[in-house]
Amino acid sequence: MRYDIVTIGSSWGGLAAIRSVLAGLPADFRPAVVIAQHRSSDSRDKGLAAYYDARCDLPVRTIEDKQPIEEGHVYFAPPDYHLLVDRGFFELSVDLRVQFARPSIDVLFESAVDAYGERVIGVVLTGANADGAAGLSCIHKNGGFTIVQNPATAEKPDMPLAALEAVKRPGAVLDLDEIPTYLTKLAGESS
Amino acid sequence: MSPHQGSDAPRSDVESIEMRMLLEAVYQHYGYDFRKYARGSLRRRLWRRADAEGVKTISGLQERVLHNPLAMDALLMDLSVNVTAMFRDPTFYVALREKVVPILRTYPFIRIWNAGCSTGEEVYSIAILLQEEGLLERARVYATDINERVLERADHGVIPLERMRAFTQNYQRAGGRSAFSEYYKADRDQARIDRSLLENVVFAHHNLVSDKSFNEFHLIICRNVMIYFDKELQDQVHELFYESLVNLGILALGNKESIRFSSVASCYEELDPEEKIYRRSE
Ligand SMILES: C[S@@+](CC[C@H](N)C(=O)[O-])C[C@H]1O[C@@H](n2cnc3c(N)ncnc32)[C@H](O)[C@@H]1O
Repeated sequence: MRYDIVTIGSSWGGLAAIRSVLAGLPADFRPAVVIAQHRSSDSRDKGLAAYYDARCDLPVRTIEDKQPIEEGHVYFAPPDYHLLVDRGFFELSVDLRVQFARPSIDVLFESAVDAYGERVIGVVLTGANADGAAGLSCIHKNGGFTIVQNPATAEKPDMPLAALEAVKRPGAVLDLDEIPTYLTKLAGESS
Repeated sequence: MSPHQGSDAPRSDVESIEMRMLLEAVYQHYGYDFRKYARGSLRRRLWRRADAEGVKTISGLQERVLHNPLAMDALLMDLSVNVTAMFRDPTFYVALREKVVPILRTYPFIRIWNAGCSTGEEVYSIAILLQEEGLLERARVYATDINERVLERADHGVIPLERMRAFTQNYQRAGGRSAFSEYYKADRDQARIDRSLLENVVFAHHNLVSDKSFNEFHLIICRNVMIYFDKELQDQVHELFYESLVNLGILALGNKESIRFSSVASCYEELDPEEKIYRRSE
């Protein structure tokens, strides 16, 4: 399978987890990487992207409405918006929070399936809620690849556990440090 | 071709066909044109409505909506996402004060259009700011929306007290000069907006998709409305705004709405690119 997009959801403990995932991705990683990280609504958007941009071989970008999605770029959902993907570009919404979250991981994952079908990889990382479980299940049912962080090694296990409850047998359950290598292997496969 | 370039070919899966048919039916029967709304949010909203109606498909929703005007009402409420707040994005209002107010001051009479005003929180904020800058008296603010129900509420000027209190912090961070509580009267659990703020505000129904320009404005504020439109419709509405601005008039968009990806990008100069405030060039 040739994957076009990697969608990652994380919450409590996510900033550190994302750092180690991104730091392990090679400069020639092809799919776009799109991250929904729960954070406070007034946190600074540019600061976060700049922080990761300096710690990762791939260009890390903030997002504006209808911005084109580019291969090999990493994108963060802006605080206080839902992020959706359409074919080749992003869409934002200020709809009410979904399960207390905006951005909602479920909203991102489900829109990725609508746009890219089975060519989606979904990753659920550490977090203290259940966001991402329904979205990951949607990716799974539509033939995409699903990865759940090993709850035993997650800073907060609730989100991975909820994901494992929803998707009984995901593509892989991995420790944090295994995730970048695994993603790189998946991304290297072609159709 | 990169997969992300997307294809313009209309999708032919059953769900996409059903969505197109429903929107076409709504347009032909009720005159509301949602055909060029952004797909992602639209699709979520349609499914939410389908679930609420207890139907299993979008075609099922179409049948409900065509044969029951109440179901159409509910759909309209759902499709016009009405989420709003007073002084949402406080730094935007700081920029309005510092960069836009000095320009507005140069006009003897100021016309402002707040497009997609929802339940009024945004236009109350604009009125407060103008009042504090001594400009409200010589301003007329047209606040419009597609949704009659929210316009009535906006005109009514009553907000749950709890919500009002939550806006206090925004107001302060937005550079507010008074005590926020001066602008409303608490009446049990409701807050009543000071009517004098609304004297020069006109609420009116206006559909950005199908209605024409109705005046020339010095400032147009349209935040978090066009994110619900697809690119083609965004361009169309940008044309409408361009036509509705005086020379050197100002256009203010939502925090994450850039003019960069639109067809009118070259017709504006950036007044504050961070806050998405643009000025029509000559
Ligand atoms: C998310 S609210 C934004 C409210 C406010 N501008 C703010 O930023 O807080 C979007 C508003 O746009 C209105 N709207 C949607 N489609 C519209 C159209 N075609 N013409 C005019 N208003 C529309 C909705 O009814 C809703 O009140």
